[in-house]
Amino acid sequence: MNLAGRIFGSSIGRKVIMAITGVILTGFVIGHLVGNLQIFAEPDHINGYGAFLHQLGPLLWVARIVLIASAVLHIWAATVLTMENHAARDVKYGVKHTLRATLSSRLMRVSGVVVLAFLIYHLAHFTLGFTQAATFKESLPLYTLGTDFKVAGFITVRAGTPTFDVYNMVVLGFQKPVVSLFYIIAVGLLSLHLLHGADSMFQTMGWRSEKWAGGLRKIVVLFCLVYFVGNLAIPGAVLLGKLQPHEPARAAATR
Amino acid sequence: MVAENSTQPISVTLRVWRQAGPAAPGKFVDYPATNVSPHMSFLELLDVVNDGLTLKGEEPIAFAHDCREGICGTCSCTINGKPHGPGHGVATCQIYMRAFSDGDVIIVEPFRARAFPLVKDLVVDRSAFDQIIQAGGFISVRTGAAPDANSIPVPKGDADLAMDAAACIGCGACVAACKNASAMLFVAAKVSQLGLLPQGQPERDSRVLAMVGTMDALGFGNCTNQYECSAACPKAISHDFIARMNRDYLKASVRASFKPAASSATGGA
Repeated sequence: MNLAGRIFGSSIGRKVIMAITGVILTGFVIGHLVGNLQIFAEPDHINGYGAFLHQLGPLLWVARIVLIASAVLHIWAATVLTMENHAARDVKYGVKHTLRATLSSRLMRVSGVVVLAFLIYHLAHFTLGFTQAATFKESLPLYTLGTDFKVAGFITVRAGTPTFDVYNMVVLGFQKPVVSLFYIIAVGLLSLHLLHGADSMFQTMGWRSEKWAGGLRKIVVLFCLVYFVGNLAIPGAVLLGKLQPHEPARAAATR
Repeated sequence: MVAENSTQPISVTLRVWRQAGPAAPGKFVDYPATNVSPHMSFLELLDVVNDGLTLKGEEPIAFAHDCREGICGTCSCTINGKPHGPGHGVATCQIYMRAFSDGDVIIVEPFRARAFPLVKDLVVDRSAFDQIIQAGGFISVRTGAAPDANSIPVPKGDADLAMDAAACIGCGACVAACKNASAMLFVAAKVSQLGLLPQGQPERDSRVLAMVGTMDALGFGNCTNQYECSAACPKAISHDFIARMNRDYLKASVRASFKPAASSATGGA
Protein backbone atom coordinates (compact mmCIF):
# COMPACT_ATOMS: atom_id res chain seq x y z
CA MET A 1 0.00 0.00 0.00
CA ASN A 2 1.33 3.49 -0.80
CA LEU A 3 1.20 6.58 1.35
CA ALA A 4 -2.08 7.87 -0.08
CA GLY A 5 -3.65 4.46 0.43
CA ARG A 6 -2.54 4.41 4.07
CA ILE A 7 -3.72 7.97 4.72
CA PHE A 8 -7.14 7.52 3.10
CA GLY A 9 -7.65 3.84 3.88
CA SER A 10 -6.52 3.28 7.47
CA SER A 11 -8.12 4.32 10.74
CA ILE A 12 -5.10 6.37 11.84
CA GLY A 13 -4.68 7.89 8.36
CA ARG A 14 -8.27 9.10 8.27
CA LYS A 15 -7.85 10.61 11.71
CA VAL A 16 -4.77 12.44 10.44
CA ILE A 17 -6.99 13.82 7.65
CA MET A 18 -9.43 15.00 10.36
CA ALA A 19 -6.55 16.61 12.26
CA ILE A 20 -4.88 18.40 9.33
CA THR A 21 -8.13 19.67 7.78
CA GLY A 22 -9.19 20.66 11.30
CA VAL A 23 -6.05 22.75 11.69
CA ILE A 24 -6.68 24.48 8.34
CA LEU A 25 -10.29 25.23 9.25
CA THR A 26 -9.31 26.38 12.76
CA GLY A 27 -6.71 28.68 11.23
CA PHE A 28 -9.40 30.09 8.99
CA VAL A 29 -11.90 30.76 11.78
CA ILE A 30 -9.20 32.52 13.81
CA GLY A 31 -8.27 34.75 10.85
CA HIS A 32 -11.93 35.32 10.05
CA LEU A 33 -12.66 36.45 13.61
CA VAL A 34 -9.62 38.74 13.80
CA GLY A 35 -10.59 40.32 10.46
CA ASN A 36 -14.18 40.79 11.54
CA LEU A 37 -13.30 42.38 14.86
CA GLN A 38 -12.33 45.42 12.78
CA ILE A 39 -16.04 46.23 12.94
CA PHE A 40 -15.30 47.80 16.32
CA ALA A 41 -13.11 50.35 14.55
CA GLU A 42 -14.48 52.91 12.08
CA PRO A 43 -16.48 51.58 9.08
CA ASP A 44 -13.41 52.40 6.93
CA HIS A 45 -11.62 49.41 8.42
CA ILE A 46 -14.02 46.56 7.76
CA ASN A 47 -15.17 47.99 4.43
CA GLY A 48 -11.58 48.49 3.30
CA TYR A 49 -10.79 44.97 4.51
CA GLY A 50 -13.70 43.57 2.45
CA ALA A 51 -12.51 45.43 -0.63
CA PHE A 52 -8.96 44.21 -0.03
CA LEU A 53 -10.11 40.56 0.10
CA HIS A 54 -12.08 40.94 -3.14
CA GLN A 55 -9.04 42.56 -4.79
CA LEU A 56 -7.08 39.36 -4.20
CA GLY A 57 -8.92 37.82 -7.17
CA PRO A 58 -7.43 34.41 -8.02
CA LEU A 59 -5.69 34.24 -4.60
CA LEU A 60 -9.08 34.51 -2.92
CA TRP A 61 -10.25 31.54 -4.97
CA VAL A 62 -7.16 29.54 -4.03
CA ALA A 63 -8.00 30.14 -0.37
CA ARG A 64 -11.65 29.30 -0.97
CA ILE A 65 -10.81 26.04 -2.76
CA VAL A 66 -8.42 24.99 0.01
CA LEU A 67 -11.12 25.72 2.60
CA ILE A 68 -13.87 23.93 0.69
CA ALA A 69 -11.60 20.91 0.13
CA SER A 70 -10.69 20.89 3.83
CA ALA A 71 -14.34 21.06 4.87
CA VAL A 72 -15.30 18.28 2.44
CA LEU A 73 -12.44 16.02 3.59
CA HIS A 74 -13.17 16.76 7.26
CA ILE A 75 -16.83 15.81 6.82
CA TRP A 76 -15.97 12.77 4.66
CA ALA A 77 -13.51 11.41 7.22
CA ALA A 78 -15.93 12.08 10.09
CA THR A 79 -18.74 10.28 8.27
CA VAL A 80 -16.67 7.24 7.31
CA LEU A 81 -15.09 6.93 10.77
CA THR A 82 -18.44 7.32 12.52
CA MET A 83 -20.10 4.69 10.34
CA GLU A 84 -17.26 2.28 11.12
CA ASN A 85 -17.55 3.12 14.81
CA HIS A 86 -21.25 2.33 14.85
CA ALA A 87 -20.65 -0.94 13.02
CA ALA A 88 -17.90 -1.90 15.49
CA ARG A 89 -20.37 -1.90 18.42
CA ASP A 90 -23.20 -3.81 16.76
CA VAL A 91 -24.86 -4.86 20.05
CA LYS A 92 -25.31 -2.00 22.50
CA TYR A 93 -24.84 -2.21 26.27
CA GLY A 94 -27.85 -2.34 28.55
CA VAL A 95 -26.23 0.34 30.73
CA LYS A 96 -23.50 2.69 29.67
CA HIS A 97 -21.39 4.41 32.27
CA THR A 98 -19.13 7.21 31.03
CA LEU A 99 -15.80 7.12 32.82
CA ARG A 100 -14.12 10.37 31.77
CA ALA A 101 -15.16 11.37 28.25
CA THR A 102 -15.67 15.15 28.28
CA LEU A 103 -18.97 16.76 27.33
CA SER A 104 -17.38 18.43 24.30
CA SER A 105 -16.03 15.09 23.06
CA ARG A 106 -19.46 13.49 23.37
CA LEU A 107 -21.14 16.35 21.51
CA MET A 108 -18.73 16.37 18.53
CA ARG A 109 -21.26 15.00 16.07
CA VAL A 110 -24.08 17.31 17.20
CA SER A 111 -21.83 20.38 17.29
CA GLY A 112 -20.31 19.49 13.93
CA VAL A 113 -23.69 19.14 12.22
CA VAL A 114 -25.01 22.41 13.71
CA VAL A 115 -21.82 24.22 12.66
CA LEU A 116 -22.25 22.86 9.10
CA ALA A 117 -25.86 24.07 9.01
CA PHE A 118 -24.70 27.41 10.36
CA LEU A 119 -21.93 27.62 7.75
CA ILE A 120 -24.46 27.18 4.94
CA TYR A 121 -26.72 29.83 6.49
CA HIS A 122 -23.78 32.16 7.08
CA LEU A 123 -22.71 31.96 3.42
CA ALA A 124 -26.30 32.50 2.29
CA HIS A 125 -26.51 35.47 4.63
CA PHE A 126 -23.31 37.51 4.16
CA THR A 127 -21.68 36.06 1.01
CA LEU A 128 -24.56 35.23 -1.33
CA GLY A 129 -27.36 37.40 0.07
CA PHE A 130 -30.09 34.75 -0.10
CA THR A 131 -31.47 35.77 3.29
CA GLN A 132 -32.05 39.34 4.49
CA ALA A 133 -31.61 40.46 0.86
CA ALA A 134 -32.76 43.99 1.68
CA THR A 135 -29.71 44.64 3.86
CA PHE A 136 -27.26 42.60 1.75
CA LYS A 137 -24.14 44.54 0.77
CA GLU A 138 -25.17 44.63 -2.90
CA SER A 139 -28.52 46.22 -2.00
CA LEU A 140 -27.02 48.91 0.23
CA PRO A 141 -25.59 52.16 -1.16
CA LEU A 142 -21.84 51.95 -1.90
CA TYR A 143 -19.51 53.27 0.75
CA THR A 144 -16.72 55.69 -0.13
CA LEU A 145 -13.57 54.81 1.77
CA GLY A 146 -12.47 57.79 3.90
CA THR A 147 -8.93 56.64 4.65
CA ASP A 148 -6.42 54.33 2.95
CA PHE A 149 -6.73 50.65 3.98
CA LYS A 150 -3.28 49.32 4.82
CA VAL A 151 -2.05 45.75 5.24
CA ALA A 152 1.32 45.48 7.00
CA GLY A 153 1.97 49.15 6.27
CA PHE A 154 1.27 48.92 2.55
CA ILE A 155 -1.71 50.75 1.10
CA THR A 156 -3.95 48.13 -0.51
CA VAL A 157 -7.18 50.10 -0.97
CA ARG A 158 -6.92 53.86 -1.52
CA ALA A 159 -9.17 56.45 0.12
CA GLY A 160 -12.05 57.46 -2.10
CA THR A 161 -12.55 53.94 -3.48
CA PRO A 162 -16.24 52.98 -3.53
CA THR A 163 -16.68 49.73 -1.57
CA PHE A 164 -19.51 47.51 -0.44
CA ASP A 165 -20.94 48.63 2.89
CA VAL A 166 -20.05 45.50 4.89
CA TYR A 167 -20.32 47.47 8.13
CA ASN A 168 -23.97 48.37 7.70
CA MET A 169 -24.83 44.92 6.34
CA VAL A 170 -23.47 43.25 9.48
CA VAL A 171 -24.99 45.72 11.92
CA LEU A 172 -28.42 45.75 10.23
CA GLY A 173 -28.34 41.95 9.89
CA PHE A 174 -27.57 41.40 13.58
CA GLN A 175 -30.27 43.81 14.71
CA LYS A 176 -32.68 40.90 14.27
CA PRO A 177 -32.49 38.99 17.61
CA VAL A 178 -33.34 35.61 16.01
CA VAL A 179 -30.40 35.94 13.61
CA SER A 180 -28.00 37.02 16.35
CA LEU A 181 -29.18 34.27 18.66
CA PHE A 182 -28.53 31.60 16.02
CA TYR A 183 -25.06 33.05 15.45
CA ILE A 184 -24.30 33.00 19.17
CA ILE A 185 -25.53 29.41 19.61
CA ALA A 186 -23.60 28.25 16.54
CA VAL A 187 -20.30 29.87 17.55
CA GLY A 188 -20.83 28.50 21.06
CA LEU A 189 -21.10 24.99 19.62
CA LEU A 190 -18.13 25.67 17.34
CA SER A 191 -16.08 26.69 20.39
CA LEU A 192 -17.17 23.47 22.10
CA HIS A 193 -16.20 21.53 18.95
CA LEU A 194 -12.76 23.15 19.00
CA LEU A 195 -12.36 22.32 22.70
CA HIS A 196 -12.16 18.61 21.86
CA GLY A 197 -10.85 19.06 18.34
CA ALA A 198 -7.80 21.19 19.14
CA ASP A 199 -6.76 18.88 21.98
CA SER A 200 -7.41 15.81 19.84
CA MET A 201 -5.27 17.09 16.99
CA PHE A 202 -2.17 16.86 19.18
CA GLN A 203 -3.06 13.29 20.22
CA THR A 204 -3.74 12.15 16.65
CA MET A 205 -0.49 13.62 15.35
CA GLY A 206 1.31 11.98 18.27
CA TRP A 207 2.46 15.19 19.91
CA ARG A 208 0.49 14.96 23.15
CA SER A 209 1.87 13.29 26.25
CA GLU A 210 1.13 13.31 29.97
CA LYS A 211 4.14 15.56 30.53
CA TRP A 212 2.37 18.55 29.04
CA ALA A 213 -1.22 17.37 28.52
CA GLY A 214 -2.38 19.52 31.46
CA GLY A 215 -0.75 22.64 30.03
CA LEU A 216 -2.09 21.86 26.56
CA ARG A 217 -5.61 21.52 27.98
CA LYS A 218 -5.35 24.92 29.68
CA ILE A 219 -4.15 26.54 26.44
CA VAL A 220 -6.99 24.91 24.48
CA VAL A 221 -9.64 25.95 27.04
CA LEU A 222 -8.30 29.53 27.03
CA PHE A 223 -8.23 29.60 23.22
CA CYS A 224 -11.84 28.36 22.98
CA LEU A 225 -13.02 30.89 25.58
CA VAL A 226 -11.28 33.79 23.82
CA TYR A 227 -12.64 32.58 20.48
CA PHE A 228 -16.18 32.39 21.86
CA VAL A 229 -16.04 35.80 23.55
CA GLY A 230 -14.61 37.36 20.38
CA ASN A 231 -17.45 35.93 18.33
CA LEU A 232 -20.06 36.80 20.94
CA ALA A 233 -18.88 40.42 20.89
CA ILE A 234 -20.11 41.29 17.40
CA PRO A 235 -23.80 40.23 17.55
CA GLY A 236 -23.76 41.05 21.29
CA ALA A 237 -22.64 44.63 20.70
CA VAL A 238 -25.28 45.09 17.98
CA LEU A 239 -28.06 43.66 20.19
CA LEU A 240 -27.00 45.94 23.08
CA GLY A 241 -27.03 48.92 20.75
CA LYS A 242 -23.30 49.57 21.08
CA LEU A 243 -22.84 49.22 17.35
CA GLN A 244 -25.20 51.35 15.27
CA PRO A 245 -25.46 51.61 11.48
CA HIS A 246 -23.41 54.55 10.28
CA GLU A 247 -24.89 57.35 8.15
CA PRO A 248 -22.79 57.28 4.99
CA ALA A 249 -23.39 60.99 4.34
CA ARG A 250 -22.58 62.06 7.89
CA ALA A 251 -19.46 59.89 8.00
CA ALA A 252 -18.19 61.46 4.78
CA ALA A 253 -18.93 65.03 6.00
CA THR A 254 -17.01 64.71 9.27
CA ARG A 255 -13.81 63.80 7.47
CA MET B 1 -15.14 1.54 50.27
CA VAL B 2 -14.72 -0.56 53.43
CA ALA B 3 -17.53 0.53 55.71
CA GLU B 4 -17.75 -0.10 59.45
CA ASN B 5 -20.24 -2.88 58.95
CA SER B 6 -18.16 -4.42 56.19
CA THR B 7 -18.32 -7.83 57.86
CA GLN B 8 -22.12 -7.79 57.74
CA PRO B 9 -23.47 -9.99 54.96
CA ILE B 10 -25.29 -8.12 52.20
CA SER B 11 -28.01 -9.00 49.72
CA VAL B 12 -27.75 -8.02 46.08
CA THR B 13 -29.55 -8.80 42.85
CA LEU B 14 -27.44 -9.87 39.89
CA ARG B 15 -29.00 -8.86 36.58
CA VAL B 16 -27.05 -11.04 34.18
CA TRP B 17 -27.04 -11.19 30.38
CA ARG B 18 -28.04 -14.73 29.40
CA GLN B 19 -27.60 -15.94 25.84
CA ALA B 20 -27.36 -19.63 24.99
CA GLY B 21 -25.20 -19.15 21.91
CA PRO B 22 -24.02 -16.67 19.26
CA ALA B 23 -27.25 -16.91 17.25
CA ALA B 24 -29.66 -17.34 20.17
CA PRO B 25 -31.63 -14.36 21.48
CA GLY B 26 -30.28 -12.89 24.71
CA LYS B 27 -31.91 -11.22 27.70
CA PHE B 28 -31.21 -9.98 31.20
CA VAL B 29 -32.21 -12.37 34.00
CA ASP B 30 -32.33 -11.41 37.69
CA TYR B 31 -30.66 -13.65 40.28
CA PRO B 32 -31.13 -12.59 43.91
CA ALA B 33 -28.17 -13.39 46.13
CA THR B 34 -28.65 -13.24 49.90
CA ASN B 35 -26.24 -13.59 52.79
CA VAL B 36 -23.29 -12.50 50.63
CA SER B 37 -20.02 -12.04 52.52
CA PRO B 38 -18.44 -8.68 51.65
CA HIS B 39 -15.07 -10.44 51.59
CA MET B 40 -16.24 -12.63 48.75
CA SER B 41 -14.87 -11.79 45.32
CA PHE B 42 -17.30 -10.98 42.55
CA LEU B 43 -16.37 -14.15 40.67
CA GLU B 44 -16.90 -16.21 43.86
CA LEU B 45 -20.40 -14.76 44.02
CA LEU B 46 -20.97 -15.94 40.45
CA ASP B 47 -19.70 -19.38 41.57
CA VAL B 48 -22.18 -19.42 44.45
CA VAL B 49 -25.05 -18.33 42.22
CA ASN B 50 -24.05 -21.01 39.72
CA ASP B 51 -24.03 -23.66 42.46
CA GLY B 52 -27.61 -22.70 43.25
CA LEU B 53 -28.58 -22.83 39.58
CA THR B 54 -26.96 -26.26 39.16
CA LEU B 55 -28.84 -27.63 42.19
CA LYS B 56 -32.08 -26.35 40.68
CA GLY B 57 -31.19 -28.06 37.41
CA GLU B 58 -30.76 -24.79 35.53
CA GLU B 59 -27.94 -23.87 33.19
CA PRO B 60 -25.15 -22.07 35.13
CA ILE B 61 -23.95 -18.65 33.98
CA ALA B 62 -20.97 -19.00 31.64
CA PHE B 63 -18.17 -16.53 32.43
CA ALA B 64 -14.47 -16.40 31.54
CA HIS B 65 -11.91 -16.65 34.34
CA ASP B 66 -8.55 -18.24 34.98
CA CYS B 67 -5.87 -17.02 37.41
CA ARG B 68 -8.19 -14.97 39.65
CA GLU B 69 -5.23 -12.91 40.77
CA GLY B 70 -5.44 -10.11 38.21
CA ILE B 71 -2.60 -11.08 35.92
CA CYS B 72 -3.94 -13.31 33.15
CA GLY B 73 -6.54 -11.10 31.48
CA THR B 74 -9.08 -13.90 31.08
CA CYS B 75 -11.90 -12.53 33.21
CA SER B 76 -14.04 -9.91 31.57
CA CYS B 77 -17.61 -8.77 32.30
CA THR B 78 -18.96 -5.25 32.09
CA ILE B 79 -20.34 -4.54 35.57
CA ASN B 80 -22.77 -1.61 35.87
CA GLY B 81 -21.54 -0.28 32.52
CA LYS B 82 -17.81 -0.37 33.39
CA PRO B 83 -15.52 -3.12 32.09
CA HIS B 84 -14.09 -5.00 35.10
CA GLY B 85 -16.54 -3.19 37.37
CA PRO B 86 -15.91 -0.58 40.07
CA GLY B 87 -12.39 0.21 41.19
CA HIS B 88 -9.34 1.49 39.38
CA GLY B 89 -6.53 -0.61 37.96
CA VAL B 90 -8.03 -4.01 38.78
CA ALA B 91 -9.61 -6.80 36.78
CA THR B 92 -13.02 -8.33 37.53
CA CYS B 93 -11.45 -11.08 39.65
CA GLN B 94 -10.08 -8.43 42.01
CA ILE B 95 -13.50 -6.90 42.67
CA TYR B 96 -14.86 -7.76 46.12
CA MET B 97 -18.46 -7.59 47.21
CA ARG B 98 -17.58 -4.81 49.71
CA ALA B 99 -17.48 -2.57 46.65
CA PHE B 100 -21.27 -2.88 46.54
CA SER B 101 -23.99 -1.92 48.98
CA ASP B 102 -26.82 -3.93 50.45
CA GLY B 103 -29.79 -3.99 48.07
CA ASP B 104 -27.79 -3.11 44.95
CA VAL B 105 -28.88 -4.33 41.56
CA ILE B 106 -25.66 -5.29 39.76
CA ILE B 107 -25.93 -5.37 35.98
CA VAL B 108 -23.49 -7.83 34.41
CA GLU B 109 -22.94 -7.87 30.64
CA PRO B 110 -20.36 -9.36 28.32
CA PHE B 111 -17.75 -7.14 26.61
CA ARG B 112 -19.55 -5.75 23.57
CA ALA B 113 -17.74 -5.45 20.22
CA ARG B 114 -18.32 -6.83 16.77
CA ALA B 115 -14.71 -8.03 16.77
CA PHE B 116 -15.40 -9.95 20.02
CA PRO B 117 -18.29 -12.23 18.99
CA LEU B 118 -20.33 -13.62 21.86
CA VAL B 119 -19.83 -17.29 22.65
CA LYS B 120 -22.25 -17.78 25.53
CA ASP B 121 -23.68 -15.60 28.33
CA LEU B 122 -20.74 -13.50 29.52
CA VAL B 123 -18.08 -15.21 27.42
CA VAL B 124 -16.81 -13.52 24.26
CA ASP B 125 -14.21 -14.68 21.75
CA ARG B 126 -11.23 -12.33 22.02
CA SER B 127 -9.02 -14.21 19.55
CA ALA B 128 -9.01 -11.09 17.35
CA PHE B 129 -6.27 -9.88 19.72
CA ASP B 130 -4.24 -12.99 18.92
CA GLN B 131 -4.50 -12.20 15.21
CA ILE B 132 -3.19 -8.68 15.85
CA ILE B 133 -0.24 -10.11 17.81
CA GLN B 134 0.44 -12.65 15.04
CA ALA B 135 0.59 -9.78 12.54
CA GLY B 136 3.59 -8.16 14.22
CA GLY B 137 3.70 -8.37 17.99
CA PHE B 138 7.04 -10.18 18.07
CA ILE B 139 10.73 -9.75 17.30
CA SER B 140 12.60 -12.06 14.95
CA VAL B 141 15.89 -13.02 16.60
CA ARG B 142 18.13 -16.02 16.35
CA THR B 143 17.25 -18.43 19.10
CA GLY B 144 19.89 -20.32 21.01
CA ALA B 145 21.81 -19.68 24.18
CA ALA B 146 20.62 -16.69 26.20
CA PRO B 147 22.71 -13.60 25.41
CA ASP B 148 24.80 -11.98 28.12
CA ALA B 149 22.76 -9.76 30.38
CA ASN B 150 23.15 -6.04 29.68
CA SER B 151 25.08 -6.63 26.47
CA ILE B 152 22.65 -4.25 24.76
CA PRO B 153 22.44 -0.96 26.64
CA VAL B 154 18.86 0.20 27.27
CA PRO B 155 18.24 3.59 28.87
CA LYS B 156 16.45 3.14 32.20
CA GLY B 157 13.64 5.50 31.19
CA ASP B 158 12.97 3.54 27.99
CA ALA B 159 13.03 0.24 29.84
CA ASP B 160 10.52 1.53 32.40
CA LEU B 161 8.23 2.96 29.73
CA ALA B 162 8.39 -0.28 27.73
CA MET B 163 7.49 -2.16 30.93
CA ASP B 164 4.48 0.14 31.47
CA ALA B 165 3.25 -0.85 27.99
CA ALA B 166 4.13 -4.49 28.54
CA ALA B 167 1.87 -4.57 31.60
CA CYS B 168 -1.03 -5.07 29.16
CA ILE B 169 -2.72 -8.41 29.89
CA GLY B 170 -4.77 -8.33 26.67
CA CYS B 171 -8.11 -8.57 28.47
CA GLY B 172 -9.99 -6.35 26.00
CA ALA B 173 -11.39 -3.89 28.57
CA CYS B 174 -10.16 -1.02 26.37
CA VAL B 175 -12.31 -2.28 23.49
CA ALA B 176 -15.25 -2.85 25.83
CA ALA B 177 -15.01 0.63 27.36
CA CYS B 178 -14.56 2.52 24.08
CA LYS B 179 -17.80 3.82 22.60
CA ASN B 180 -16.38 2.85 19.21
CA ALA B 181 -15.07 -0.58 20.31
CA SER B 182 -11.60 0.56 19.24
CA ALA B 183 -8.56 -1.58 20.04
CA MET B 184 -6.14 1.34 19.85
CA LEU B 185 -4.93 1.09 23.47
CA PHE B 186 -4.18 -2.64 23.19
CA VAL B 187 -2.39 -2.29 19.84
CA ALA B 188 -0.55 0.82 21.03
CA ALA B 189 0.70 -1.00 24.14
CA LYS B 190 1.89 -3.98 22.10
CA VAL B 191 3.53 -1.79 19.45
CA SER B 192 5.23 0.40 22.07
CA GLN B 193 6.59 -2.34 24.35
CA LEU B 194 8.77 -3.52 21.45
CA GLY B 195 9.25 -0.20 19.67
CA LEU B 196 10.78 1.37 22.78
CA LEU B 197 13.56 -1.21 23.03
CA PRO B 198 16.65 -1.72 20.81
CA GLN B 199 15.65 -5.31 20.08
CA GLY B 200 12.40 -4.08 18.57
CA GLN B 201 13.94 -1.61 16.13
CA PRO B 202 14.56 -3.82 13.04
CA GLU B 203 10.83 -4.51 12.62
CA ARG B 204 9.54 -1.28 14.12
CA ASP B 205 8.00 0.07 10.90
CA SER B 206 6.63 -3.18 9.51
CA ARG B 207 5.23 -4.04 12.95
CA VAL B 208 3.13 -0.92 13.39
CA LEU B 209 1.88 -1.03 9.79
CA ALA B 210 0.92 -4.71 10.02
CA MET B 211 -0.69 -4.52 13.47
CA VAL B 212 -2.75 -1.40 12.67
CA GLY B 213 -3.75 -2.90 9.30
CA THR B 214 -4.92 -6.10 11.01
CA MET B 215 -6.74 -4.13 13.69
CA ASP B 216 -8.64 -2.19 11.00
CA ALA B 217 -9.44 -5.35 9.01
CA LEU B 218 -10.88 -7.11 12.06
CA GLY B 219 -13.64 -4.52 12.42
CA PHE B 220 -12.55 -2.62 15.52
CA GLY B 221 -13.68 1.00 15.61
CA ASN B 222 -11.59 4.18 15.49
CA CYS B 223 -10.18 6.26 18.31
CA THR B 224 -12.04 9.47 19.21
CA ASN B 225 -9.55 10.47 21.92
CA GLN B 226 -11.99 10.23 24.82
CA TYR B 227 -9.59 8.08 26.85
CA GLU B 228 -12.27 5.80 28.25
CA CYS B 229 -9.91 2.90 27.44
CA SER B 230 -7.13 3.94 29.79
CA ALA B 231 -9.68 4.75 32.52
CA ALA B 232 -11.05 1.20 32.31
CA CYS B 233 -7.69 -0.55 31.84
CA PRO B 234 -6.97 -2.93 34.76
CA LYS B 235 -3.26 -2.18 34.27
CA ALA B 236 -3.86 1.61 33.96
CA ILE B 237 -1.96 1.74 30.66
CA SER B 238 -1.68 5.33 29.47
CA HIS B 239 -3.29 6.62 26.28
CA ASP B 240 0.08 8.32 25.70
CA PHE B 241 0.99 5.07 23.96
CA ILE B 242 -1.80 5.74 21.44
CA ALA B 243 -0.20 9.10 20.56
CA ARG B 244 3.11 7.28 20.29
CA MET B 245 1.64 4.69 17.93
CA ASN B 246 -0.02 7.38 15.79
CA ARG B 247 3.38 9.02 15.36
CA ASP B 248 5.06 5.69 14.66
CA TYR B 249 2.40 4.78 12.11
CA LEU B 250 2.74 8.10 10.27
CA LYS B 251 6.54 7.88 10.15
CA ALA B 252 6.43 4.24 9.05
CA SER B 253 3.89 5.06 6.30
CA VAL B 254 6.13 7.79 4.92
CA ARG B 255 9.26 5.63 5.10
CA ALA B 256 7.53 2.62 3.54
CA SER B 257 6.52 4.80 0.58
CA PHE B 258 9.90 6.38 -0.11
CA LYS B 259 12.60 4.11 1.28
CA PRO B 260 14.23 2.08 -1.53
CA ALA B 261 13.94 -1.69 -1.27
CA ALA B 262 16.70 -4.10 -2.25
CA SER B 263 16.23 -5.35 -5.79
CA SER B 264 18.79 -8.13 -5.91
CA ALA B 265 17.25 -11.54 -6.54
CA THR B 266 20.55 -13.43 -6.73
CA GLY B 267 21.28 -13.94 -3.06
CA GLY B 268 24.34 -12.96 -1.13
CA ALA B 269 27.48 -14.37 0.38
